[in-house]
Amino acid sequence: MDPSRKRRIRLVVALTAAVVLAGALAYTSFSASSPAVQPSKLLASANSGRSYQLTGKVVDGSIEKHGNATLFRVRDRNGRASVPVRYVGAVPDPFRNGREVIVTVRKRGGLFEGEKDSLVTKCPSKFTDKPASQT
Amino acid sequence: MAPVGQACLILALATCGYGIGASLYGALTGRRDWVASGRRSVYGLAVLTTAAFAVLEIAFLRSDFHFNVVATHSSTTTPTFYRAAAAWSSQEGSLLLWVWLLSLWSSLVLFLVRRRLRDVAPYATAVLLGFGAFFTALLVFAVTPFHTLAQAPPEGAGLNPLLRHPSMMIHPPMLYSGYTLWAVPFAFAIGALVVRRVDADWIRATRRFALAAWFFLGVGILLGARWSYAELGWGGYWAWDPVENASLLPWLTGTAFLHSVMVQEKRGMLKVWNVSLILATGTLAVLGTFLVRSGILDSIHAFGASTLGVPFVSLIGLMIAGSVYLVVTRRAALRSEHRLDSLLSREAVFVANNLVLVGLAFVVFWGTFFPLISEAVTGTKAAVGPPWFNRYTVPLALLLVLLSGIGPVIAWRRATLANARRNFLWPTAVALLVLVALLAIGVTESATALIMFVFAAFVVGVLSQELWRGVSARRAMTSEGPARALVSLVRRNRRRYGGYTVHLGMAVLFVGVAASSAFQHARDVRLTPGKTATVGGYEVTYVRSTARVDERDGGVERVALGADLRVRRNGSKVADLHTERGYYPASAPFASGGLVRGLFEGEATSEVGMKAGPLRDVWTVIQPDPEYLNKVIAGVADRTADKPVAQQESAVRGLMAVYQRGVIPAQFRLLVSPLVAWIWIGGLIVFAGGLIALWPAPEAARGRARAGYAARVAQDLDRA
Repeated sequence: MDPSRKRRIRLVVALTAAVVLAGALAYTSFSASSPAVQPSKLLASANSGRSYQLTGKVVDGSIEKHGNATLFRVRDRNGRASVPVRYVGAVPDPFRNGREVIVTVRKRGGLFEGEKDSLVTKCPSKFTDKPASQT
Repeated sequence: MAPVGQACLILALATCGYGIGASLYGALTGRRDWVASGRRSVYGLAVLTTAAFAVLEIAFLRSDFHFNVVATHSSTTTPTFYRAAAAWSSQEGSLLLWVWLLSLWSSLVLFLVRRRLRDVAPYATAVLLGFGAFFTALLVFAVTPFHTLAQAPPEGAGLNPLLRHPSMMIHPPMLYSGYTLWAVPFAFAIGALVVRRVDADWIRATRRFALAAWFFLGVGILLGARWSYAELGWGGYWAWDPVENASLLPWLTGTAFLHSVMVQEKRGMLKVWNVSLILATGTLAVLGTFLVRSGILDSIHAFGASTLGVPFVSLIGLMIAGSVYLVVTRRAALRSEHRLDSLLSREAVFVANNLVLVGLAFVVFWGTFFPLISEAVTGTKAAVGPPWFNRYTVPLALLLVLLSGIGPVIAWRRATLANARRNFLWPTAVALLVLVALLAIGVTESATALIMFVFAAFVVGVLSQELWRGVSARRAMTSEGPARALVSLVRRNRRRYGGYTVHLGMAVLFVGVAASSAFQHARDVRLTPGKTATVGGYEVTYVRSTARVDERDGGVERVALGADLRVRRNGSKVADLHTERGYYPASAPFASGGLVRGLFEGEATSEVGMKAGPLRDVWTVIQPDPEYLNKVIAGVADRTADKPVAQQESAVRGLMAVYQRGVIPAQFRLLVSPLVAWIWIGGLIVFAGGLIALWPAPEAARGRARAGYAARVAQDLDRA
């Protein structure tokens, strides 16, 4: 076979393979992903069994400990709608009232069950407290 | 001092503007004096940003709270060591660090090539100064570190306790060095494309900078992983967090570049690929900086949403558009000088390695930016988790380790059966032996881990054989002793043996990753003193509770509630561990609810208790039960909130005594992770290899000295 034709065929095969692989990657990412939602959206439309990436702030005074489980409520970043979350296991160091959290949850009855090791508390890499003179 | 810093930044911006103009004018008109003036602008930028950075550092060290950035990121109770590092914990300080490092590296490369690449260098200078102008403009107009307060607050907010770790001193500067160093080969690639001089000269001139960028970025990433493991209280070293991923992206494409340039240097092939890789790497480095600083994606590293989105996206857009335009319009000049002779050749393996690395980068890129992609496609932000990343990265990593064993020894152009037998017979035998041994001892739980161990054994076999052959050949020629022969062999072929060392280190590192991910035992348990829990065959006993107040300069730095634990295996003691949780006071403990509440409402960090070993790490962190603890704290706080300070301090001591009696249960995370130490050991081997490859060869140094001497003699003769 003419070498340049051979090279072209090789290139087409390689590019097709790359496109197919990238397509598979893109497809699986859509099916494996958890939608990122705020509590108000979750309250309005949560399917049991589907996992969601819940983002919001921990409601002040809502943290309770029951054995290995931590119960808390997460509210919208700028709103009052909140959902109850049950999380089993150790919570991250910066976990606090009012902190922004991201946790993968599934609806179970009236609660949202957090997936193990999925709780991320935003670590404020800079302190957000303002100095006294500015407050 | 603030006006001095601000003046330095304004002058730096003006210098960048002038330098870009001078370099381009010099390049277009052939006026060398203008080109030299453009280069000196880069030196000027380095001097000015050094001065600005020094002003900022001094303000932090002196706790000068007139500087807004100092007041919000440091305090008098922040230890001096961390005050110095607090400068780059802020948005403003980290951008200043970026431009300062960029100016230093740019000055170094332009000084080194001042008599070479005369056509390419002026454009590279303009590109480097373009980056400088971008970042100084941000510092002057958007986020100035020299904003001052009319009245300095008596105390600052302090450095976030989570950042009080020795790594804070080196992890960010290493990452930023890596990011900024990638700008050097990026700029020279642009210069080479502009003047259509796309041979391997620009690659040779900047090879060491690309290697240094790879080295620093790698050290930064590994330090981050170690920090996460030893400090953050979750026991993992990699979470596929967007900010981690952002640093991995340029490292992956940069690693591909370091391999594929060898093919261009040796055979004049892959020119389009190489320039595209380095242009992509430079762009990803800026993208990484943007991701770190913008808060555009949800990350554990919440550096806060910032106003820098539009300028950064514009810069990245410009970099992509410019790169594509240059590559497309220069494609004729970028044609390969040779063709791939065989799929069984070193070139082909390098291409395969590149495809795997770029594939990995694509996976990481897609997963990282998936929230934005899905929002654009479906209207809903959605994220993929670690299982999705692992599904693709694990097989690619396995392939990469295998290729790292084949690549160094397969023949250039076309491998023959004899060549394959000579190079791969023994390593394959070693790998099979390891497979049989692992199956015999029952390592069958994880096929992935098993394959990784076998591939790693193959790599170690290949490299040991190469080293053995090299040393034997040298001994036959010079009759040196084995150790001396090894040293001279490596000294004379630093790039080659540095590369081998890197491959060895990567194999070791991946063994650690595979073992610790596949065979880790983890438990979250709630214990009271005297109780025991078992994890992975180890019995962990909560011996006693501990409580301590750490003071600094007369103020409370933190309260530490902890536990002493005893670890036993089959009845015999393995280690005594201590873990504690440190509570740092909120910025103004007396302002809200008194000292007691203030102490516990601030930040808390975990101190990990760990017995690290070559075979396994036993790792633990404590979290005193918040339900009990909060009740006790609330009770004490309510009783003492309006009492004098001395009484409140005594209440804190009382609280410590209560805790020490062991009545408050605690939650422990217990981990037994096999071979995790080999991740760090592998990393050290990789970086030792990087250093070997980076170190100038003695012949090259002598060559440069001779060239310098010849140049001086020529100048003298000229004058005479």
